[in-house]
Amino acid sequence: MKTVSFWPGLRIGFLAGLVLMVLALAACGDGGSGLTGSVKIDGSSTVFPIAEAMGEEFQLLNRKVRLTVGISGTGGGFKKFCRGETDITNASRPIKTVEVETCADNGVEFIELPIAIDGLSVMVNPKNDWVDHLTVEELKRIWEPASKVKRWSDVRPEWPDKRISLVGPDTDSGTFDYFTEAIVGEEGASRPDFTASTDDNVLVQAIAGEENALGYFGYAFFVANMDKLKLVPIDPGNGPVAPTEQTIGDGTYQPLSRPLLIYISKRSVTEKPEVLEFVNFFLDEENGLLVEEGGYVTLTSEIYQLVRQRFNDRVTGSMFAGGSQVGVSLEELLSRR
Amino acid sequence: MALAPGAFARHRSAMRKRAAVFYSLILTATLLGLVVLAVLIVDVFRDGARWLDWDFITSFPSRFPARAGIKSAIFGTIWLMGFTALFAFPIGVGTAIYLEEYAPRHWLIQILQLNIANLAGVPSIVYGILGLTLFVRAMSLDRSILAGALTIALLVLPIIIIAAREAIKAVPNSLREGSYALGATRWQTIWHLVLPQALPGILTGTILALSRGIGETAPLLMIGALTFIAFTPASPLDPFTVLPIQIFNWTGRPQDEFRGLAAAGIIVLLGILLLMNTGAVLLRNKFQRRDEG
Repeated sequence: MKTVSFWPGLRIGFLAGLVLMVLALAACGDGGSGLTGSVKIDGSSTVFPIAEAMGEEFQLLNRKVRLTVGISGTGGGFKKFCRGETDITNASRPIKTVEVETCADNGVEFIELPIAIDGLSVMVNPKNDWVDHLTVEELKRIWEPASKVKRWSDVRPEWPDKRISLVGPDTDSGTFDYFTEAIVGEEGASRPDFTASTDDNVLVQAIAGEENALGYFGYAFFVANMDKLKLVPIDPGNGPVAPTEQTIGDGTYQPLSRPLLIYISKRSVTEKPEVLEFVNFFLDEENGLLVEEGGYVTLTSEIYQLVRQRFNDRVTGSMFAGGSQVGVSLEELLSRR
Repeated sequence: MALAPGAFARHRSAMRKRAAVFYSLILTATLLGLVVLAVLIVDVFRDGARWLDWDFITSFPSRFPARAGIKSAIFGTIWLMGFTALFAFPIGVGTAIYLEEYAPRHWLIQILQLNIANLAGVPSIVYGILGLTLFVRAMSLDRSILAGALTIALLVLPIIIIAAREAIKAVPNSLREGSYALGATRWQTIWHLVLPQALPGILTGTILALSRGIGETAPLLMIGALTFIAFTPASPLDPFTVLPIQIFNWTGRPQDEFRGLAAAGIIVLLGILLLMNTGAVLLRNKFQRRDEG
């Protein structure tokens, strides 16, 4: 009968599918330390390179731990973290008061640790030969919501009468939040007419391809694209300073140096030895190399010490009081309890 | 009515000209698509070919371009598509059978049909939001393969239903009537006559739908598929990543090498797609031939 011979064909298809799944099962990893369980990390795309480097090395040492790193952005990461869905969340800005409240409502206690420093870098096209530095005041006039700056000559009269084309990170990003806080003085306050993207490569291209462009993003992306961009030194009032590993690390590059942070669920640390082990790995000064690899600046030994102390004491809560503390040193913040 | 001498010939040559214009138009349309595709493929191969080797396929992602591979993404994609097909195929075909063979001609059914057609056009991110609320949170499946597969299954379901309905509709009614005349029940008729006849069409539609699903990124990002994952899933409840997410992540890196890796990832994705489509064509041909024999 035709129909009887018809259906077994499909069954073979299903069998093939099953075999495929069994193969997938068999390919599962093995070896490493005795540590098992899972470490779930999510959050900022700025901090991702560091978390990924730490994760990759940790995974190689502990093959049975299932470590995952996601990119949901700082805000998206906090949403998941405060619902208790992740163990660790990466942040390129401090936790906001509303987010602290959500965490508290869900009974999520967190330990807040700075793990690296980033210098937000202001950049122009290499063909731009007139900008030697910008003052914070000038940056503010360019970026504030009611800005009247349309041409370079509006910034300084001696500069060419050319249209200024502005480029910056998307409003969802922690970088945007920090820049507006540090320059305009209010988090999220920015003129709306600039080319925005969540993809830093798009920002690089936008500045590299437009002679009159001005933009800002993390130092790491400048380091990777040095030949296509020109760095602008920033003058906060006592002389222009360009971001370098030196000036970002020692805090002389102001006000655009910002700490990058991780937030760890206290419950995860208590209940999951693999999370505890991973955080210890993260805070090991020897692994600071992994931070530099990503283009960020490592903490000084003294600050490392303070951070480890803070973790070992399981100090919960935020030291930033709901927003970025521009111009306050990390040491000072860490010694506040 | 008598035509003036030569009028017919003139009319004929005008018709010929029009036919020639039409022919060149459709040829251009076809070539345009092909040329764009060719340029795309050549470009991708130029960027990615030198990264593509066995190590690339068998290594986990890494921050070092030389060490990076897409093993976890390939496994994730296979798991995800396997479960998506498992959910979407029976539900989609079932719905199509009901709508074509059982559903009464009622205005409620008409609205239902209209809505299915509309669903096919809903932006995929909306399915992501639905998946996040329903599967990830309400059903607490977490960010697992199962949650991802259910979300993608919802996304491709309307396409499968529409394709399956068309395929079932195309089965001549005389076959059904002949079957009933021989005393077969409705179910026997559908199972032994209608479905085998419609299967090639249904399979084509399903593969097209799955081919769309395999490239989806937005809804999976929404439900929280992961970016760095250096192990392969062992069960449908495990976290996962898929090829498009890995590719997306690589294109966003500052180092140029990663764009080469992304291109290599695209080649792998194209390869899997090609494999799926070939499988579908083979399966279809097999069923068609058997049917004729």
